[in-house]
Amino acid sequence: MLHIVASIKQVPDTKIIKMNPKTNTMDRRTAPAILNPYDSHAVEEAVRLKKRYGGIVSVVTMGPPPAVTAIKKCIEIGADEGYLITDRRFAGADTLATSYAVTKAIEKIAKTRPIDLIICGKMSIDGDTGQVGPGIARRLDIPPLTSVNKVVEINKEEGYAIVHRKLEDGYEVIRSTLPCLFSVEKTINEVPYSPLPNMIKAARYQPHIWSVDDLEDVDIKQLGLKGSPTIVSKVWAPPKPAGGTFLEGNPREQVEQLLSIVLDKKELFQHKGGI
Amino acid sequence: MDFKAYKGVWVFIEQKDDVVASVSLELLGAGRKLADKRGVELAGILIGENVKHLTKTVFEYGADTVYVYDQPIFQHYRTETYMKALLDCTEKHKPEIILFGATSTGKDLASAVATDLPTGLTADTTELDVEEETGLLLASRPAFGGNIMATILCKKYRPQMATVRAKVMKALTPQPGRTGKVVEETIFLKEEDIRTKVLEIVKETVKKVRIDEADIIVAGGKGLGSLEGFQLIHQFAQTIGGAVGASRDVVEAGWIDHAHQVGQTGVTVTPKIYFAIGISGAIQHIVGMRNSGLIIAINKDKDAPIFQSCHYGIVGDAFEIVPILIEQFQKALSRETVSNTSNGC
Ligand SMILES: Cc1cc2nc3c(=O)[nH]c(=O)nc-3n(C[C@H](O)[C@H](O)[C@H](O)COP(=O)(O)OP(=O)(O)OC[C@H]3O[C@@H](n4cnc5c(N)ncnc54)[C@H](O)[C@@H]3O)c2cc1C
Ligand SMILES: Nc1ncnc2c1ncn2[C@@H]1O[C@H](COP(=O)(O)O)[C@@H](O)[C@H]1O
Repeated sequence: MLHIVASIKQVPDTKIIKMNPKTNTMDRRTAPAILNPYDSHAVEEAVRLKKRYGGIVSVVTMGPPPAVTAIKKCIEIGADEGYLITDRRFAGADTLATSYAVTKAIEKIAKTRPIDLIICGKMSIDGDTGQVGPGIARRLDIPPLTSVNKVVEINKEEGYAIVHRKLEDGYEVIRSTLPCLFSVEKTINEVPYSPLPNMIKAARYQPHIWSVDDLEDVDIKQLGLKGSPTIVSKVWAPPKPAGGTFLEGNPREQVEQLLSIVLDKKELFQHKGGI
Repeated sequence: MDFKAYKGVWVFIEQKDDVVASVSLELLGAGRKLADKRGVELAGILIGENVKHLTKTVFEYGADTVYVYDQPIFQHYRTETYMKALLDCTEKHKPEIILFGATSTGKDLASAVATDLPTGLTADTTELDVEEETGLLLASRPAFGGNIMATILCKKYRPQMATVRAKVMKALTPQPGRTGKVVEETIFLKEEDIRTKVLEIVKETVKKVRIDEADIIVAGGKGLGSLEGFQLIHQFAQTIGGAVGASRDVVEAGWIDHAHQVGQTGVTVTPKIYFAIGISGAIQHIVGMRNSGLIIAINKDKDAPIFQSCHYGIVGDAFEIVPILIEQFQKALSRETVSNTSNGC
């Protein structure tokens, strides 16, 4: 019986986000909240391992109350339990403060059911750092394995896991003691459509909801904005380049002009290498 | 925290198969500027097995000092061992800034180290500056899917840390013979105590496409209409000896592999010539190619944002323009070859 915890996040869909050009802030009304796409692969992998070895999948998230919807999405994928930690005192957390708070929640979950494995997504599409996963692993003092794109084996009896970590020019096969933490690539699996029974279960499911006071040994100073070493000092719209020259005339004439411009720099076609 | 005890700018030197990663050389260039502005040393930190000779390269690209941990236990990158070395070095020599390439190794290591120190870590930085007086690092990066830029500060902790995207900073021209101080360090680590073991390293046999190394890139977008239409891009690229690039929408449509994707979630490229054909010019694409030497856009919509980010634009149908381009280039390039041969080059 494995107990796997997936750490997940609800994020605004940055693909269809609209920015307020005056304030350079995100117009949240235009951005529907979704389960971080990378985290759906984390949950899917946890569910697959559960099917392979037997066990239980819990998901944990820190976020505002509507994050319950993201937890329900994980139940649809096949998770068994969901935990939301939500409190004003968590607000404004950077990656360091986030990994602190999530770790506190994981420690509490582990009290009732010891954890063998934690799975995170490679990154969140809004925070976009990939730092929270390794951060959680360091705080729990378990090995972080990032860029995981295949799980070869989990052996609870002998206490190890073997996975593939993606490298720039291939992959490495690495063995770690359990418990450990994986940050998974999107390529690790495909998330299929959820089966109907899971959808029904998810619709009815009520996650555990904890505030700071429900967690143990929490140092309030390490939470939220106060516990965040990094601060955003300035935001601005990305610079708009000046724009180019339009080549005029019919297609043949345009191409001829282009050719004279490009071939004027013909050394470019011969230059090889660089550093 | 006594900020005065923290001095100097460090760059984590990523190395593999006896070569220093180009992003580390770029960061030495960027780090040099920061260090000069602050009037402090620039140091490289080099961890590995049989890597000492690489210090030569690190000096040539601008470092004053290199801290070296050269021990068999560092044969393969592992978070646990490399992290311990870096923490050890940081504790001993107290830098004010540490920069890492935003590669999978750099991000992995930086995240672990920042948590243990603890300190702030800015991810995927694309602009770096430092306040001369206070030494405050100004690390700017795209946020919210590239919709805005944000400057991130770490006011209360030292060292300040950032991972920096490849191909954004410029390496200095190497100065052969330039040297500096090598500080050899060792750390006592027992293999039995390390919880992770690299069992095997598998190189993918098919040569991975590295469009970030190409001098010429022909990139196509959704405007090519279909997988068949996209073949025009391949043809043109082949004609002029360029690499094929693509927008994310093309990759998602399955017309080409992710390795060809240019942009925020793809590769950052800086070729000498970049053709953007049937690409609208979304900011997430632009951030990946805007530093190219010469940008040429072909799009049938004269209001397409790509025309704001190019040097020369042709408003027209790719299926009309590109075949003519191919034909004209073929003629011109064969003339080139002829004249080259006659010149004896
Ligand atoms: C978090 C995030 C990360 C992203 N990362 C990336 C990234 O790394 N790289 C990236 O590219 N995108 C990225 N995107 C997506 C980006 O926002 C755009 O959706 C994408 O770049 C658009 O691709 P496109 O220009 O090919 O397609 P479209 O926007 O559909 O543009 C097609 C263009 O082709 C023109 N056209 C049509 N027919 C013809 C013709 N016959 N001849 C000439 N022109 C024609 C049209 O006028 C149009 O301008 C990201 C988005 C998000 C939210
Ligand atoms: N608020 C959060 N609650 C739980 N897990 C999180 C949270 N933020 C990030 N994570 C996890 O950390 C991963 C990396 O996120 P990030 O560092 O924000 O890019 C995500 O894919 C999640 O698995």
